[in-house]
Amino acid sequence: MNDKSIISLQDISYSYEKKVVLDHINFTIDKGSFIGLIGPNGGGKTTLIKLILGILKPASGSISLFNQPIEQFKDWRKIGFVSQKSNSFNKGFPATVFEVVSTGLTSKIGYFKFFTQKHKASIKKAIELVGMDEYVYENIGNLSGGQQQRVFIARSLVSQPELLILDEPTVGVDTENVKRFYELLHDLNRNQGITLLLVTHDTGTVTKFATDVACLNKTLHFHGKPGDYEKLSSEELSRAYGHSVNLVSHDH
Amino acid sequence: MIADLIQFDFLRNTFLTGILIGIIAPLLGTFIVVRRLSLIADGLSHVTLAGIAFGLFLEKKFTFILLPPLYSGLAFSVLGSIFIEKLRSVYKSYQEIAIPIILSGGVGLSVIFIALADGFNTELMNFLFGSASAVSQGDFITILAISILVVLIIYLFYKELFTLSFDEEYASVSGIHSKQIHLLFIILTALVIAASIQIVGVLLVSALMTLPVAASMRIAKGFKQMMFLSIAFGELAVMIGLTSGYYLNIPPGGTIVVVAILILLITIGMKKLRIRKA
Ligand SMILES: Nc1ncnc2c1ncn2[C@@H]1O[C@H](COP(=O)(O)OP(=O)(O)O)[C@@H](O)[C@H]1O
Ligand SMILES: [Mg+2]
Repeated sequence: MNDKSIISLQDISYSYEKKVVLDHINFTIDKGSFIGLIGPNGGGKTTLIKLILGILKPASGSISLFNQPIEQFKDWRKIGFVSQKSNSFNKGFPATVFEVVSTGLTSKIGYFKFFTQKHKASIKKAIELVGMDEYVYENIGNLSGGQQQRVFIARSLVSQPELLILDEPTVGVDTENVKRFYELLHDLNRNQGITLLLVTHDTGTVTKFATDVACLNKTLHFHGKPGDYEKLSSEELSRAYGHSVNLVSHDH
Repeated sequence: MIADLIQFDFLRNTFLTGILIGIIAPLLGTFIVVRRLSLIADGLSHVTLAGIAFGLFLEKKFTFILLPPLYSGLAFSVLGSIFIEKLRSVYKSYQEIAIPIILSGGVGLSVIFIALADGFNTELMNFLFGSASAVSQGDFITILAISILVVLIIYLFYKELFTLSFDEEYASVSGIHSKQIHLLFIILTALVIAASIQIVGVLLVSALMTLPVAASMRIAKGFKQMMFLSIAFGELAVMIGLTSGYYLNIPPGGTIVVVAILILLITIGMKKLRIRKA
């Protein structure tokens, strides 16, 4: 662990019942980085994120968030999260974009307090930041998959997190919007100074935008610069994926 | 009816109670529908019936009134709601199994108490299908207190309830006490069901919670708008249903639900028309 790291996992293992999913993982996230977390389906990426978010407790090892042991960490609004499932919400739910984004402030505002004009302004700002200002009062169910994903990012941004974790946010988003989506992430990382951890299957695209790539399949097979990842031999890659893969970098 | 309203206290109580449940039933119903808990409301209403049957049984066996049916119904309903939550946490991946358990339990207990109280009587009929003449001064005051409590708690916890309803996982991750808030909500639901039963009856109470929401859901922009629209529709159904039930000498539960269904059909028709025009 160095002093730049805001998240650090030390010797983490996790099993569901008897199935070992994560095996002695050491993993750090440096402030200001943009980490693309890749790996095969079932490789344990979502599990790793759930451990960082405190949804699951590790069987062994320790986690620290912003230089505090996770058990003592209280400042959860520093971490924004867009779940793999956020797009599977009930499409008929009659909530406007504004209402959905406002839920990102609920916990920050606290019990027995109400939204002020200032809160409302920051909700609108977050919506603007993801380029959805035309749709503030539109029902979320009427938007496209890519637009909905932007709304969920706005929800996670509204509490001004320092770290944003996104679990496969581009699944079900069309190619054109995936590109715009990466540009948005790039902007958040470079210009807003938000540290990003992005789980994705778009290996080709993420290596273009991320500052680091990590490849997880039960153990951490690679963690380093995108350039070095692209230099990995197909032998090394197939070890990580458990079967042979061809790394294709395609233009989205 | 206006003249009768002024003349008869009990009728005035009934009408005022109708106004109150026309607000609180659709208010909670909004959250119940979007969280897909409609069947839980149905289960709870049958537990409330068991409570009411228990109260009627006590009334009959002991000449002095130990526990008025409204209160025994309230007690059963609240205990039932806590029991449902227990069941739902035991059967995590089959949460809906709580519903048949609680529903059959409620009906089973009701049958036992009804038999012990020597069978059906008109009072029980009133509780099944609702009544335009059953509300006493004491019951009205209790229901008024429940209504104030419900509106106050929804007002105070609106943002947490909405966050939880939209995305339970996100609510938990962001540090909201989802479990406690959910329990509070289910207990409120139990209170509202018990309070509504005198007017709409056990068998139709969940309809008053869900039909106005089903109608407003089709035309509302956003959750808050849907909530207020649901209350407006619910209130309309209660007013028209109660008045016509009174004049036609039909249990108001029936007329209220029929009006609510008409409103639903009209909104469906309106939406179709709008789509065709566009
Ligand atoms: N709740 C669960 N219970 C049992 N096994 C699980 C559960 N969640 C995930 N798994 C298993 O753990 C492994 C890792 O899953 P996950 O972390 O979701 O992988 P990824 O996100 O990389 O696709 C998979 O084999 C999956 O089947
Ligand atoms: Mg996953």
